Amino acid sequence: MGVEGIGARVARKEDKRFITGSGRYVDDMVVPGMKHAAFVRSPHAHADVKKIDTKAAEAMPGVIAVLTGKQLKADGIGNLICGWMVHSKDGTPMKMGAWSPLAVDRVRYVGDAVAIVVAETRGQARDAAEAVEVTYKERKAVTSAVDALKKGAPQLHPEADGNLIYDWELGDRAATEAAIANAAHVTKMHIVNNRLVPNAMEPRAALGHYDKAEDHYTCWTTSQNPHVARLVMSAFYNVAPENKLRVIAPDVGGGFGSKIFIYPEEIVCLWASKKAGVPVKWVADRTESFLTDAHGRDHVTEVELAFDDKHRMIGLKVDTIANFGAYMSLFSSSVPTYLYATLLSGQYAISAIHANVRAVYTNTAPVDAYRGAGRPEATYLLERVVETAARELGVSPAELRRKNFIREFPYQTPVIMAYDAGDYEASLEAAMKAADYAGFEKRREKAKKAGKLRGIGMSCYIEACGIAPSAAVGSLGAGVGLWESAEVRVNAVGTIEVLTGSHSHGQGHETTFSQLVSDRFGVPIDSVSIVHGDTDKVQMGMGTYGSRSGAVGMSAIVKALDKVEAKAKKIAAHLMEADEGDIVIENGECKVAGTDKSVPWFQLALAAYTAHNLPGGMEPGLKEGAFYDPTNFTFPAGCYICEVEVDPDTGVTEIVQFVAADDFGNIINPMIVEGQVHGGIAQGIGQALLEGTSYDPASGQLLTASYMDYTMPRADDLPSFSVSHQNTPCPGNPLGIKGCGEAGAIGSPPAVINAITNAIGNNDLTMPATPQTVWKALHAATKH
Amino acid sequence: MSEVAMVVNGRKVSGAVEDRTLLVHYLREHLGLTGTHVGCDTSQCGACVVHMDGKAIKSCSILAAQASGADIVTIEGLADGADLHPVQAAFKEHHGLQCGFCTPGMIMAATDMIRRHPEGLDEATVRAELEGNICRCTGYHNIVKAILAASKTMAKAGKGKTKKAA
Amino acid sequence: MYSTSYHRASSVADAVKLLKKAEDGKFVSGGMTLIPAMKTRLAAPSDLVDLRHIAELKGIRISGKNVTIGAGTTHAEVAANDKLASVCHAIVHMASHIGDPHVRHLGTLGGSIANNDPAADYPAATVALGATIVTNKREIAAEKFFTGLFETALKDDEIVTGVTFTAPAKCGYEKFRNPASRYAMAGVFVAKGKDGVKVAVTGAGEDGVFRSREIEAALTKKFEPSALEGMTVPSKNLMSDLHASADYRANLVVVMAKRAVAAANA
Repeated sequence: MGVEGIGARVARKEDKRFITGSGRYVDDMVVPGMKHAAFVRSPHAHADVKKIDTKAAEAMPGVIAVLTGKQLKADGIGNLICGWMVHSKDGTPMKMGAWSPLAVDRVRYVGDAVAIVVAETRGQARDAAEAVEVTYKERKAVTSAVDALKKGAPQLHPEADGNLIYDWELGDRAATEAAIANAAHVTKMHIVNNRLVPNAMEPRAALGHYDKAEDHYTCWTTSQNPHVARLVMSAFYNVAPENKLRVIAPDVGGGFGSKIFIYPEEIVCLWASKKAGVPVKWVADRTESFLTDAHGRDHVTEVELAFDDKHRMIGLKVDTIANFGAYMSLFSSSVPTYLYATLLSGQYAISAIHANVRAVYTNTAPVDAYRGAGRPEATYLLERVVETAARELGVSPAELRRKNFIREFPYQTPVIMAYDAGDYEASLEAAMKAADYAGFEKRREKAKKAGKLRGIGMSCYIEACGIAPSAAVGSLGAGVGLWESAEVRVNAVGTIEVLTGSHSHGQGHETTFSQLVSDRFGVPIDSVSIVHGDTDKVQMGMGTYGSRSGAVGMSAIVKALDKVEAKAKKIAAHLMEADEGDIVIENGECKVAGTDKSVPWFQLALAAYTAHNLPGGMEPGLKEGAFYDPTNFTFPAGCYICEVEVDPDTGVTEIVQFVAADDFGNIINPMIVEGQVHGGIAQGIGQALLEGTSYDPASGQLLTASYMDYTMPRADDLPSFSVSHQNTPCPGNPLGIKGCGEAGAIGSPPAVINAITNAIGNNDLTMPATPQTVWKALHAATKH
Repeated sequence: MSEVAMVVNGRKVSGAVEDRTLLVHYLREHLGLTGTHVGCDTSQCGACVVHMDGKAIKSCSILAAQASGADIVTIEGLADGADLHPVQAAFKEHHGLQCGFCTPGMIMAATDMIRRHPEGLDEATVRAELEGNICRCTGYHNIVKAILAASKTMAKAGKGKTKKAA
Repeated sequence: MYSTSYHRASSVADAVKLLKKAEDGKFVSGGMTLIPAMKTRLAAPSDLVDLRHIAELKGIRISGKNVTIGAGTTHAEVAANDKLASVCHAIVHMASHIGDPHVRHLGTLGGSIANNDPAADYPAATVALGATIVTNKREIAAEKFFTGLFETALKDDEIVTGVTFTAPAKCGYEKFRNPASRYAMAGVFVAKGKDGVKVAVTGAGEDGVFRSREIEAALTKKFEPSALEGMTVPSKNLMSDLHASADYRANLVVVMAKRAVAAANA
């Protein structure tokens, strides 16, 4: 490893612009003649749209256009779709209701867009949006998925009878039920996974620019995957053919999944730009983000975990109801199925598993992938029921886990996944040591004397990343392949550009991807530029989510680097009259091994472009592209331990220590990996302690629609974290990388809740464990 | 419309704005200083923090007209030419940022915090003082580390006392 | 934000004149509540009369135990006043915990009490301290000043110019913050002075700040946290919302009162 190569703690190249205020986010973009948009949104959770009168709005100062869904439909703009087909257990395809970018006849959640106003200023656009008169006829609304399945519940879509999108299953029901029937012990729980709002700090934004002269559209958008945005907007929404649509995702201020999806606003801004004849910019305010960003989680589950008399797990039965909100968002269908049920084996050898999942429409914001997507729900479920089982069985939670760990790889679970490598014991040991698990009882006693209830909890998570082998996901219903692309361009003077289909919105790709190149050729990372986020520059890519940029995106770069290296070696061998096999490229030089002969890297690059003296038949230039399609998922895993003190007077939980021990495979930049873990843990603690999304069940109004009511984790809600790695390289990709982006959010919620329930002596606790919730659970426990 | 005039990053600026124009929008849209961000509507996220007459304030919660006559420093005016301010340098060194969106506000809050605590800072104080700044990426771990480190560097250099508005 | 017209007042008299000319004007001081309310279109004054630059509204004067704080004094200025801390530490402690550092640099005493947000801190302090609210027209006892949610005894063209009080022998303030907004969900200011014990509660009452007679009675007997051991206060007339039911708030009121007494005795 060089100072800037693989494994080095290199400070980030991209930081310079962010710390000096020179980042370029969508809202920073200015196009000549640009005007501002505001959306008219439904104030009702469920209503028929009877009439839209735009006259008064059109007469307001500064107003350029007021456009509605009828006009949008007349222009042939298509409905939004979910791109992953899931079939119910009876073989029928999922029931997808229509989602028009601007609602025409009916609105189905508070915030559903019905019209767009384009005006000279933001303020004028908003003033006019208020003046658009929409006549609604209200319908009854339903916000809970459990209620939506009940007879007589309000119906959202004619396509989905009983609001049921699919009733899907995975695993062997009969074997699982038999295991439960014959078990020595069964732990049963009712588990709710709370709905979360992703809350990237940069609100979503879109700038649509139609160029009449070229009949060409440009869309600047807050996207994690601009190429997928272009593909979907071309192929399904009929905005423009791909060659007439350029999508640019410049600096993006966090995504966490919420910026994967294609939303109505970017489609409408592009269309409105042509219609109004001006570039149109829309930037969400925070309340708009709360109302309309895709939410995450929202599961209600009944779970049974069966043990034999030796405390071995023999059966796991899961029955989940997943709330999808009012419409099926782009990848929604895959989240509670192939990203959830397939991970229910956790780190354990469980002989029989069965999961049943019902996906349900409600009058709430659409729900889709949020950091972890399905895997946090699986982990929370399993790790709470395992910890509770240990308490019921009177054995230590660590021992019960150890006894059931998978220890031989590869391991085929009963739920599709084949784990390739891991060492769960190593992470458990490391975490217990770092947390001084053995010394906990002493600390508990000490806390008791100070009037505090101390508790400790653990969580052993596994996730599937490196998403994903295209043929495999294709067979499971995915509408796209999940490979990644890369192109490495060595310039004539030896500087290098790497074009990637991955997209960085905080992950530090400009640094880590450069480290790969530096490692390969021994050139400084400053001579490497990473190009991403622009469909005109990078031909195609699948974007960044599911912790895939390392395992998939960087693997594609490695493949392209292999090709560049091979060609460079051929040229070097030719120039130095040496054998190709003797050429070594390091420290910015091409050397002949065992001699003092060398050609500097820049000179070699120049030779490739002058083409005065190349091997016979070789094309000039030094530029190679590659596509990498993974052969399997990757399986990061680890053990998290949380220790808390609960103030019995107020119910306030203080996290006194939080330990993470992770196996991410090989690591390119430990500093960046640790940062990913910190952020993930904070979001996981947020879910466990702070973040609850609440809709009023009668009116369907979002009660937590701003930071006044939705609790974002702040610095003083969190401790500093202890983070370590026990890595087993991933055998499935050239770098041995597993991925690290989501682990923190996946592993931490059950550790926190297990710690609190341990402290208060009551297993019946729901997230978020706010002071009030804990105080009530504590009082319920002491009343027994 | 109001005529506003102020000093921004050491430069005199003036112009006519709608009275309802917030300071943050004046900075971003009239002066092109887009380093100051808007992350919420309820004055909680702190992405918009700038210094007004030497003190950290939320530029989303004050009209440009209210700030007329003031001396404003934004993230763009913090570095001394090509030399990063010690807080900027510490954020980079300690990986105190990821997506960068909250970062300008964080850095402006941190410099103000260090100014107000010439006696030095500890972790609990830094965490409490960050109440008005929300970050979704870092879990604050490295932000806290960066601020503590910068505070020490600045105490050593004596800059905490002499550097104006920083 | 809806359109508005901005006016900067140079004196209290000027401010009154400017407001009288406005159709539906409002005074703005630090603006920490009003500007956000205007941004979300919950407030829409036709005119804003800015009091922030009026010199006569600023400053803290202390003479013995008698304290006068100008309405234009920011929370940060109150929090940083060592002399005030030596006379009445609790109000300094309280000011140092209003909002966040950036809000404290702009938010003012006058703005806080004139707005009378049910979760604001100053109303509890002024009521418990038996303070007098001074306006450009008259003096009003704090307890008579706060008349309900966001309601005060102020007339339209009346401006709070300051607050005066005599520092009590002992006082303390503790609050439990709403986890999301960080406003007080139950804030209790206790004071033991010449007129006996006064306990004012903010953030919890349906009608804003109120005095807890039950806690006052208990603390009159013994000004110690132990005097409140096992006691409950009625949850009737307490707010109930997403974050705290009335029962939970009632519990918090007692817990915060205990901690405030402990702080007062420290």
